[in-house]
Amino acid sequence: MARFNLVLLLVAVFCGLSAVNSNHRARKLFIELEAEQKRMRDLDVEWGQLQLEQSTWASHARIEKIARDKLGMKPPMPGQIISMDHGLAAPAPAGGKH
Amino acid sequence: MRAVGFSRSPLLSQRLPPWRQRLVLALLLGGFALLVGRSLYLQGINNEFLGDKGRARYERVIEISATRGRIVDRHGDVLAISTPVKSVWAIPEDVKLTPAQSRDLAQLLEMDIRDLNRKLASEHDFVFVKRQIPPDLASRVAALKYDGIHLQNEYRRYYPAGEVMAHMLGFTGTEDKGQEGIELAFNEQLSGHLGSRRVIKDRRGNIVEDVESIQAPQEGKDIVLALDSKVQYLAYASLKKSITDNKAKAGGLVVIDARNGEILALANLPTYNPNNRTRLAGAQLRNRALTDTFEPGSTMKPFTAALALDKGKVRFDTPIQTSPGKLTIGTATISDAHVHGLLTVAQVIQKSSNIGAAKIALSMTPAEMWDMFDRAGFGSPLKLGFPGEVGGRLRPAKHWKPIEQATMAYGHGISVTLMQLARAYQVFARDGDIVPLSLTKLDNPPPGAQPIFSAQTAREVRAMLEMAVQPGGTAPKAQIPGYRVAGKTGTAHKIEGGAYANKYVSSFVGFAPASDPRLIVAVMIDEPSAGKHYGGDVAAPVFAEVMSGALRTLGIATDAPLKPLQINDAETIREGM
Repeated sequence: MARFNLVLLLVAVFCGLSAVNSNHRARKLFIELEAEQKRMRDLDVEWGQLQLEQSTWASHARIEKIARDKLGMKPPMPGQIISMDHGLAAPAPAGGKH
Repeated sequence: MRAVGFSRSPLLSQRLPPWRQRLVLALLLGGFALLVGRSLYLQGINNEFLGDKGRARYERVIEISATRGRIVDRHGDVLAISTPVKSVWAIPEDVKLTPAQSRDLAQLLEMDIRDLNRKLASEHDFVFVKRQIPPDLASRVAALKYDGIHLQNEYRRYYPAGEVMAHMLGFTGTEDKGQEGIELAFNEQLSGHLGSRRVIKDRRGNIVEDVESIQAPQEGKDIVLALDSKVQYLAYASLKKSITDNKAKAGGLVVIDARNGEILALANLPTYNPNNRTRLAGAQLRNRALTDTFEPGSTMKPFTAALALDKGKVRFDTPIQTSPGKLTIGTATISDAHVHGLLTVAQVIQKSSNIGAAKIALSMTPAEMWDMFDRAGFGSPLKLGFPGEVGGRLRPAKHWKPIEQATMAYGHGISVTLMQLARAYQVFARDGDIVPLSLTKLDNPPPGAQPIFSAQTAREVRAMLEMAVQPGGTAPKAQIPGYRVAGKTGTAHKIEGGAYANKYVSSFVGFAPASDPRLIVAVMIDEPSAGKHYGGDVAAPVFAEVMSGALRTLGIATDAPLKPLQINDAETIREGM
């Protein structure tokens, strides 16, 4: 009888310890999850900053200046534009502009 | 006196009254009972209090931030975006800086040393030293580790397009709340809502467990505008060039999609850079196309003609006598720039005759004209959501005297905004109806087209407007190679101090391609003072540049042969004002 109680006591202690262990491991995983989520937010912020940078580099004023000054480009004259007849084109894509 | 042992002291033989013992016992037991009762209460019945205290050791409520939404154009190009920055703040009484350290800090932050010292000596508990500094500078400040100097996360809004789209986009104030333009009109959708959650933190400050989410955060929604950056840039550049060349005070330009009312471009000058608003003059902030009214002048004539056609008072070829070039109504006289003689109604529009327009108007009642102007949207604000929008002035019909009805036929005595004018010209670009304007990109066709004139009338007036742009009309400079264009010039005297002054507002409103109109462009140039002031000379060329660029950008098919134009200045008709 006493030995049975001892066994039960040991089982109880074991359950307690394993509960603590599971909790500890769960929390460690949670910390990892939080770190990944923070990384996700930081990447989002970086994406926003890159978009900003792209918009600045690709601003129309800058592109026009480079095209005119450095590349010597000009808008085409009416005589230089050839208009394609839409009727000859392959079936137009449904919806949207083309 | 001899010493006495304790057990033989005479004091012990005195008998104390028994109630004193019992009282002390009762008091002590009572005290115990109170403690037990309190303990039972705290731990049994109302254990929340202690429970909370215990949890407070390891639980924290943290805020979840929500970023403000971006504003993008119809192609997805970013027009306004928030990036995280830091602000430097200080608790003045905690700050202990040596003069050398203060100097270093001021130099790092690019502040005046006296400013810095004044802030750090302030009486308040909390003072901002410098707001919104870039993150790399912030990390250098943090590395200094001065007492009492802290950093706080904030967001700063950037506008890559700068002054080109300043009036349309507006800007936000310090609390990231919109103050002007789209930032204000769509502030609800753009701002997110902060969230908060309760978590358990460990000794090192890591979050180890989520207890509950108190409020889910709501990220700000992105707004997709109907704006096309290429068309906007073209509009801005052309307007700027024209204002410089004509030495004008200000100007506005609007591009609308005739099919669904989307606003593709909105440019005003003078303008400002929303990224650096340190020195702003009031004139720069004005979103003129929406907030400034002007007497439109001859651009109103097509509406008068259309109404008369609709009511059957005239046909497009009804002859109107405009000789001798002056018309007296009551005590006032109207005149034309030239004597045009006998004109058809179509020619009245083509040559922009005031007398012709006045005679057409007088064949109708004031109520009829007022009703048409009202339904076309004049006199009431457009309610797009922009601050400072005005409705212009359309006086009630019962106050109109005959001379006033006549002048209203050619756009005097009524005041409108450029956007109202552009919107109203939908009746001619479409088949007699108007759809509501849209600032945002529309995925579905617009709701509710409002008919103003019959389709037949609209097409007839459209033909007249096409004539106005050809040699023999007032605006041959509005022609574009490859497309048929229709439109109307306007040259109006400005009113100063109650009388007409020698200053003008030159305008042009037109649409293209005339065979199947897709875009409406309205231009207004305020006080051109380099010699030219007629709408056909000042505003029409801007229209041509913007319209041709916009049609090409949007890939709209040509409807006329592509050949260079020859515009003969001598053939241009000067309109009556």
